[in-house]
Amino acid sequence: MGYFSRFAVPHPSPAIYASMIAIAVTVFLIIAGITYFKKWIYLWDGWITTVDHKKIGIMYLISALLMLFRGGVDALMMRAQLAVPDNKLLDSQHYNEVFSTHGVIMVLFMAMPYIMGLMNFVVPLQIGARDVAFPRLNAVSFWLFFMGAMLFNLSFVIGGSPDAGWSSYFPLAGNEFSPHVGTNYYMISIQIAGIGTLMTGINFLTTILKMRAPGMTLMRMPMFTWASLTTCIIIIFAFPVLTIALLMGTMDRLFATKFFTITDGGMDMLWANLFWVWGHPEVYILILPAFGLFSEIIPTFSRRNIYGYTSMVASMVLISFYSFLVWTHHFFTMGQTAYVNSIFSITTMIIAIPTGIKIFNWLFTMWRGRIRFTVPMLYCLAFIPLFTIGGVTGVMLAMSAADYQYHNTMFLVAHFHNVIIPGVVFAVLGASTYYWPKMFGFVLNEKIGKLAFWFLVIGFCLAFFPMYITGLDGQARRMYTYSEDTGFGPWNMVATIGAVCMAISFVLIVYMIYYSIRNAKKEAVSDPWDARNLEWATHTPVPEYNFAIIPQVNSREAFWDAKYKGHPLFKGDYEKIHMPNNSGVPFLMSLFFFALGFGLVFSMWYLAICGLIGVFICMAHRSFEQDHGRYISVEEIKETEAKYGGTHK
Amino acid sequence: MKELFPAKQVGGFVFSLILTGVALLVYYFNMSRAVGLTILTLTAFIQAAVQLVVFMHAREIEDSKSVFTTIYYAIIIALVTIFGTLLCMIWGWNY
Repeated sequence: MGYFSRFAVPHPSPAIYASMIAIAVTVFLIIAGITYFKKWIYLWDGWITTVDHKKIGIMYLISALLMLFRGGVDALMMRAQLAVPDNKLLDSQHYNEVFSTHGVIMVLFMAMPYIMGLMNFVVPLQIGARDVAFPRLNAVSFWLFFMGAMLFNLSFVIGGSPDAGWSSYFPLAGNEFSPHVGTNYYMISIQIAGIGTLMTGINFLTTILKMRAPGMTLMRMPMFTWASLTTCIIIIFAFPVLTIALLMGTMDRLFATKFFTITDGGMDMLWANLFWVWGHPEVYILILPAFGLFSEIIPTFSRRNIYGYTSMVASMVLISFYSFLVWTHHFFTMGQTAYVNSIFSITTMIIAIPTGIKIFNWLFTMWRGRIRFTVPMLYCLAFIPLFTIGGVTGVMLAMSAADYQYHNTMFLVAHFHNVIIPGVVFAVLGASTYYWPKMFGFVLNEKIGKLAFWFLVIGFCLAFFPMYITGLDGQARRMYTYSEDTGFGPWNMVATIGAVCMAISFVLIVYMIYYSIRNAKKEAVSDPWDARNLEWATHTPVPEYNFAIIPQVNSREAFWDAKYKGHPLFKGDYEKIHMPNNSGVPFLMSLFFFALGFGLVFSMWYLAICGLIGVFICMAHRSFEQDHGRYISVEEIKETEAKYGGTHK
Repeated sequence: MKELFPAKQVGGFVFSLILTGVALLVYYFNMSRAVGLTILTLTAFIQAAVQLVVFMHAREIEDSKSVFTTIYYAIIIALVTIFGTLLCMIWGWNY
């Protein structure tokens, strides 16, 4: 038993044992189900080995929804614990683990893959390309993210979860104060997923710069593509910092180096610094694509083109640059002089300007538009006022002198949820409803969707607005309980009720998907919303080559102009299409990465070395592989196009 | 003959050797830390520029403007990060 004792959870509770059983049963049922329905080959050929950007996008979305569930359960546990004063539901250690995993999962394993999934699905279609620039690399990115997420979730039942917060500050995250393996999981699983994200950034930057349809100049690109482009630039410049910071943290924990120690010349504050040098741009990596999605949905349902295209682009480029200038505002209270804090206060406040420009542009887009109140549009309409409140409280936090009052209180928690939920979560939920017909060929049920929307919005307001009040009164974040004398009790109860509403909304969304799969009319609608950009110009479901003929673009809204101004979009005849081959190597490689990561977490060097060798073998295999892709013949294209009712011309 | 002789490359090679030699002075002569680091930093950056322009042909591709934009942007971000870190971790530190 000695060998296996390292895998024991250091702080077990009945909930964890129940989850172990639940996970074991679920895994067994999934494996048994796939075997019973004989779906292994379908799964391997159709999904696991795929390099198709659309399928990879859908896999990202499914993983993101699963992670949303897990992070949401964490949130419910926290809210249940805080609902009444002096609650004994969770003890402090368990509460620490719950808020740490909630943060990491929601930011890195829910919001990121959701955004990546939508980018994967939409961007190549929007620019009239047949796939991304490096399809194989795209599969590697996805599987690295997936294995990183699985490794992180494994910590829950094997070895114990990280408990030093999602920002994992040293010296708390060091070996002295976090002796068990939880923080190793944090360092290594984020590292693996982060490598995947960096690859995605490079991949999509190349795709957008090099693979646009003829005639689509940079200033004719759709807003979401512009948002993705600026996001990729941020990813490329910000993620290397995280990689190095995590590497230094891992070295400190596994090999007793002294980068972030208090003694022996280490500098514990350097972790916070490096973390936020990455962490602040990361916030914009999440929000800029979300802005892009709103800029897609709002014009479609207002029947107007986007107002102030050039200023929209300029403000995104500015935001992406400013995002690198502000990171110190995350630790105003850590001991810099007022002079330094003032500099970063000002840079932080400057970001509100381009963001404000975007808000006004969306309002002007809707002004005198013919607005249709569909589910995606409702999310956009709720986003604007709620996000503005989040932005205003952000400027409050940006004032470094005042920040001493707000720092580490529920006020801060309310602020960042107030920008991330209406900003990112509304965007991805709205956009998944919006793009659902393109992905799966049917429209989601509107009635249940609206119900889910209202539960989410009301639940959000109930859950987070009370935190502004208790935060200003001094309720600290990351505290597992509070006494009755503080008077925080009633407000926290309101917040918990809000959280339950949001949970109901999640259940409704899942039910909406189930209901729509059963009942929606499966007619192939290629343009259900009367939309404006190229992603709607192809068939539904999208054929694997996206466009039988590469579209010719000569305006900002090529598809709209093709529909209403008669610009021809598809000229010329069918030609054979060059497509990349599927490959199982990305999946295999990420399995080796998983083994490497697991070995490192538990300092099992033989496993780590085997995993590393496996990774290098996969890379070497790719270097020497002869793979020229394959061709889809003209006959095949004709057959497919006839099946879908011919190419729009 | 002039077309066949890669004057630019040979010149670049000699120049990078000179830069290496100048950097080595720091090792052989006893100079203050500040002077030494200044020499090393300057020679390192000039060396990197020579490599990029002369040997990696940064100017010779059709899209060279974007190559340089990217490099300048990267340098700006790197400088902002480094000096910002120094500012809040060392120069502007109270404790």
